[in-house]
Amino acid sequence: MLSIQNLHARVGDKPILKGINLEIKTGEIHAIMGPNGSGKSTLSSVLAGRDDYEVTDGEVIYQGQNLLELEPEERAWAGVFLSFQYPVEIPGVKNIYLLKAAVNAVREHRGQPELKAGEFLKLVREKLKVMQMDEAFLHRNVNEGFSGGEKKRNEILQMQLLEPTLALLDETDSGLDVDALRIVGEGINRMRSPDRSVLLVTHYQRLLDVVKPDFVHVLAQGEIKLSGDHTLAQRLEREGYEGIEAA
Amino acid sequence: MSQQEIDQLVDQDYKYGFVTDIESDTLPPGLNEDVIREISTRKGEPEWLLEWRLEAYAKWLTMTPPDWAHVDYPPIDFQSISYFSAPKKQGDGPQSLDEVDPALIDTYNKLGIPLEEQKMLAGVAVDAVFDSVSVVTTFKEKLHEAGVVFCPLSEAVHSHPELVKKFLGAVIPQNDNYYAALNSAVFSDGSFVYIPKGVRCPMELSTYFRINQQNTGQFERTLIVAEEGSYVSYLEGCTAPQRDENQLHAAVVELVAETDAEIKYSTVQNWFAGDDDGKGGIYNFVTKRGECRGDRSKISWTQLETGSAITWKYPSCVLIGADSVGEFYSVAVAGKKQQADTGTKMIHIGPRTRSTIISKGISTARGQNAYRGLVKVLPGAVDARNFTQCDSLLIGDQCGAHTFPYVEAEEPSAQLEHEATTSKVSDDQLFYLRTRGMTEEDALNMVVNGFCKEVFQKLPMEFAVEAEALLGITLEGAVG
Repeated sequence: MLSIQNLHARVGDKPILKGINLEIKTGEIHAIMGPNGSGKSTLSSVLAGRDDYEVTDGEVIYQGQNLLELEPEERAWAGVFLSFQYPVEIPGVKNIYLLKAAVNAVREHRGQPELKAGEFLKLVREKLKVMQMDEAFLHRNVNEGFSGGEKKRNEILQMQLLEPTLALLDETDSGLDVDALRIVGEGINRMRSPDRSVLLVTHYQRLLDVVKPDFVHVLAQGEIKLSGDHTLAQRLEREGYEGIEAA
Repeated sequence: MSQQEIDQLVDQDYKYGFVTDIESDTLPPGLNEDVIREISTRKGEPEWLLEWRLEAYAKWLTMTPPDWAHVDYPPIDFQSISYFSAPKKQGDGPQSLDEVDPALIDTYNKLGIPLEEQKMLAGVAVDAVFDSVSVVTTFKEKLHEAGVVFCPLSEAVHSHPELVKKFLGAVIPQNDNYYAALNSAVFSDGSFVYIPKGVRCPMELSTYFRINQQNTGQFERTLIVAEEGSYVSYLEGCTAPQRDENQLHAAVVELVAETDAEIKYSTVQNWFAGDDDGKGGIYNFVTKRGECRGDRSKISWTQLETGSAITWKYPSCVLIGADSVGEFYSVAVAGKKQQADTGTKMIHIGPRTRSTIISKGISTARGQNAYRGLVKVLPGAVDARNFTQCDSLLIGDQCGAHTFPYVEAEEPSAQLEHEATTSKVSDDQLFYLRTRGMTEEDALNMVVNGFCKEVFQKLPMEFAVEAEALLGITLEGAVG
């Protein structure tokens, strides 16, 4: 599904990613863990196409395509989804309007017919239920005045609606209380499918208690220092990142 | 968004830049008393109106153009402008659409102006102004039944002389300002609307102004009178063909609302903005003012300004009646090298008068956008209230936004609130929406329409749809 080879990226003159190699097969969940400033968020941003970062070397093949050549919206059409660490406010634009525009933009490029207002409402209500979100939520402006937890739930709601093939979840657990963490985690679990891969970027192990990854990678100083199964996350929780960073 | 991408915005050709080939009856350039007499004669005006024009002309000669606006342009040579132009008629003017010059109808179609049957069925009466003379008026009968008068001002001069005489210049005096004085001297035509006591106008009234003759200044004059307890919603939309030389437009719009009457005046303005350097665009120097004369009367101005090289326009409300209400909702876009200095004046005279000002300025490319507003509360306007909100949105880094709010409160019980924000369309917003599958252009449109929503929702439904579409066209090519 996704093959990252020797990926280097920088912001300005500052190298952030220094040779990332990662293979994600269809249906797998990979967790990227690491201390602050290790390049975790940069990795997901580069994969989603943010142009603040300059890729200086390496390549990323997604379903046989050179992912780095695609515009962010083309990546979305191809099934890539990024859940933002800091979801962005769009004043004056109702949440439901964005959701519907997003779903139909992606459907159009998948050759599916546009969802009519009624069909869309039915679908979105179903997903709201899963995320335990109130319908009033649809009529608020996108992320404006949302609490941290509401923003993250809204991201996962979007993921549920867009049904991506590759979901990049950037620090989706940050800012969540215990209940919200469980709801968001279950929302992600529901998306588990043999046809879908997930790259989960997180600082803490707690989300991984709910969403059990197939592989855990430790990113430090722009490189993957260590890879293992889900027990690696528990080890990190006990021992911290220090030992790994020194390695 | 890169500068290069922004620059593509200004490379958009004006979509409505074409010229209709119709023989015109145009006066040679120049302005003097004889020209004014000629205009008046050609329009078959009564003596009193000619006198009124000449009086205005005499006042204009003593005045100088205003120089306080945040706009910059070379001095206008008023002697190089032609002050009258009328399409040639066959016989006595058309009785129905079939009799209208097909080239004219074709022009309207290109502009998407709804003169066709289906549009009329939708309940819109259209008094279309082509250059200086009204050529088609529809739905008159239905309005006539309701007692509503909706006709070209030049016609009203003959059919309702007492009303025209009473209200012409009653809100905006001849010497109110330089351009209002010029308009008073040479005004060509415009609409006249009279809603009798207790009548709710059965349909939205709309007029489309166009400028088609090269070098022909347009001096529209509109007068709307709403008698006690009446209601009218009036729509005005403008667009003009591409031209090399600057075209002056100095319109005057006067509104009078009596006790419990309400006038809703909506404008979508899309005149040619000029090329990248502002060359060839329309100069839009407009005076619009409404008087809420009666108690509990209400006047709302809603406008979307996307065109013109220079916009100088301050639709205002004079709140005389007790508990009367004035509103101003505006979206002004300045791109290319456009300059907009626009806003409103709310003059509180009666007790408990209320006003709301929501101004949204969008600047792109090298556009300069200024909000200029005055809230004045006179002694005796007890418990008057105003709420003002001015928001500016910047796209790119070569444009400018300016806010000039003036407050003169002479009544201690008045409550005035002012909020102002300036924001940029952020790369974060565009990136966020693009990761959701929207193209960069759609993403920009979504952010901008969200910014304008408070104003657009005040427009009549069909106009709101047009407004969003027009904004989309205006910003097309700003990205991608």
